[in-house]
Amino acid sequence: MTPILSDGLLLCATRSTAPNVADGDDQRFGLNRRVTLVGPLRLDSGAVLGPVEIAYETYGSLSAEGSNAILVCHALTLDQHVASVHPVTGKPGWWTRMVGEGKPLDPARHFIVCANVLGSCMGSSGPASLDPATGAPFGMRFPVLTIRDMVRAQAMLLDHLGVGALAAVVGGSMGGMQTLEWAATYPERVRSAVVIAAAASHSAQNIAFHEVGRQAIMADPKWRGGDYYAANDPPGAGLAVARMAAHITYLSEAGLTEKFGRRLQSRDALGFGFDADFQIESYLRHQGISFVERFDANSYLYITRAMDYFDMAAAMPDGRLATAFQGTNTRFCVVSFTSDWLYPTIESRHIVHALNAARAHVSFVEIETALGHDAFLLDVPELHRVVDGFLRAGEGR
Amino acid sequence: MIRLRPDLAAVAAMVPPGSRVLDIGCGDGALMAALRDDKGVDARGIELSREGVSAAVTRGLSVVQGDADTDLGGYPADAFDVAILSQTLQATMRPDHVLDELLRIGQRAIVSFPNFGHWRVRLALLAGGRMPMTSALPVEWYETTNIHFCTVDDFRALVATKGYVVEQEQFLSRDRPVAGLFANLLAENAIFMLRRG
Repeated sequence: MTPILSDGLLLCATRSTAPNVADGDDQRFGLNRRVTLVGPLRLDSGAVLGPVEIAYETYGSLSAEGSNAILVCHALTLDQHVASVHPVTGKPGWWTRMVGEGKPLDPARHFIVCANVLGSCMGSSGPASLDPATGAPFGMRFPVLTIRDMVRAQAMLLDHLGVGALAAVVGGSMGGMQTLEWAATYPERVRSAVVIAAAASHSAQNIAFHEVGRQAIMADPKWRGGDYYAANDPPGAGLAVARMAAHITYLSEAGLTEKFGRRLQSRDALGFGFDADFQIESYLRHQGISFVERFDANSYLYITRAMDYFDMAAAMPDGRLATAFQGTNTRFCVVSFTSDWLYPTIESRHIVHALNAARAHVSFVEIETALGHDAFLLDVPELHRVVDGFLRAGEGR
Repeated sequence: MIRLRPDLAAVAAMVPPGSRVLDIGCGDGALMAALRDDKGVDARGIELSREGVSAAVTRGLSVVQGDADTDLGGYPADAFDVAILSQTLQATMRPDHVLDELLRIGQRAIVSFPNFGHWRVRLALLAGGRMPMTSALPVEWYETTNIHFCTVDDFRALVATKGYVVEQEQFLSRDRPVAGLFANLLAENAIFMLRRG
């Protein structure tokens, strides 16, 4: 993975003084930051991880009262480059529609933090990191993670940045799961939570699709039990297939039909072979191949596992989701999309009903779109209006 | 300060200051915003239309997209001081069940509805022999969402059957008050505040 800071900026977790707002030289703030936190981080599995590396970015500056911090949580294969150019692909940030000047999350108003999740491959500790015990990459010796582990690591980062309470935590898809977990684990630190296209648990169908992806990776002979780093020959074919299967779940049937239909790819007639005859085949192959260039197969295994293990109700002593939010003072905004069949509206309604039962302040909107699950990343003006209004209302309190 | 429609103003007048309120069928949140700003009410809302929810959320209100028939079950008993159902009862599948839900989750319920016993409605049916369309109800019978119209007396009968108690009532015709005695004939809108018996 790309080394982001060549000098490997080493800072320790004990340093948690409030940042000097006037000091633009504070190395903790800005793009392409990386920190090694001593930890140790005790994981849900019982394992202990330490030191913990976190790659992150910040936008805007923390107000003197520290009241304008917003944490953005990213989805499965995304990263900390929420509104900055991706170092590998050269593409703009993945949420420039939501984060930027004049956007709902505005660096002019907000201090925005986005960190690469634990287990990922863009600079935070994950299976590709070196195991201090052996000096070799962890591979499958990296501990299995949960969404809550990711959230705990983010909390450690915020301690390091001198951020106490967050004005908001915002996330879509797996980012929405982290947002829910933030509100449940650190209720006193979350004033507002924006949960987009997410669920409070992974359904059988969700797990099933992830298992297809994992099996594709592990069936690739180049996977070698996860120890492919030394040979620098990753299981690209398996990872590409995993991405292709997953990518279908991010779109809608209507969207696919509209965009591709049965149109043929660079030909006038069926080829009577197994090339990519159809545009949809060519599109998916391209998605798979380009994904391999920017993502680590083992990270894909670990993060999908964390999502599959996610079940907030089951983690409660009485098995009720509402219990996770009992007594909360957090304001919630839950958003779903009509054509999202990965985390359909019913999942958002479960969350809303639980929040109602916990007497929480909750708003919920189902937005009509044919863009499927990926709508949270795309040009959906109503989403941006709702998030903007919700955040501004919270700032007025 | 927001100027409310007269029937909503009548509802607002019944809400005790500082209370916890659920407004079911809250539209764009005009009533909720007024209650919040003028009476320090902790207001939550439910609204069926996407546009209404978006508008209300953008105003900073806590509004959930949902349906009075199906989405009240998630709220615990006595979650609110007052549950408001304004101009929505006649559009529910089971008004009697919804009324039970209102008085389960709220200590009190405020219900407003158009009175189908109003003389103009009666006259339209008597003289025209067709389902009445008034300025307040301008939709043909086959496309109206108002599937359970009732009169003031019908509603009183339902309340009595359920053993609920009418604490306050207010009737409006052309936005002016009407005496309760003649309400079934003269009121266009009825507003009741109920509690459990």
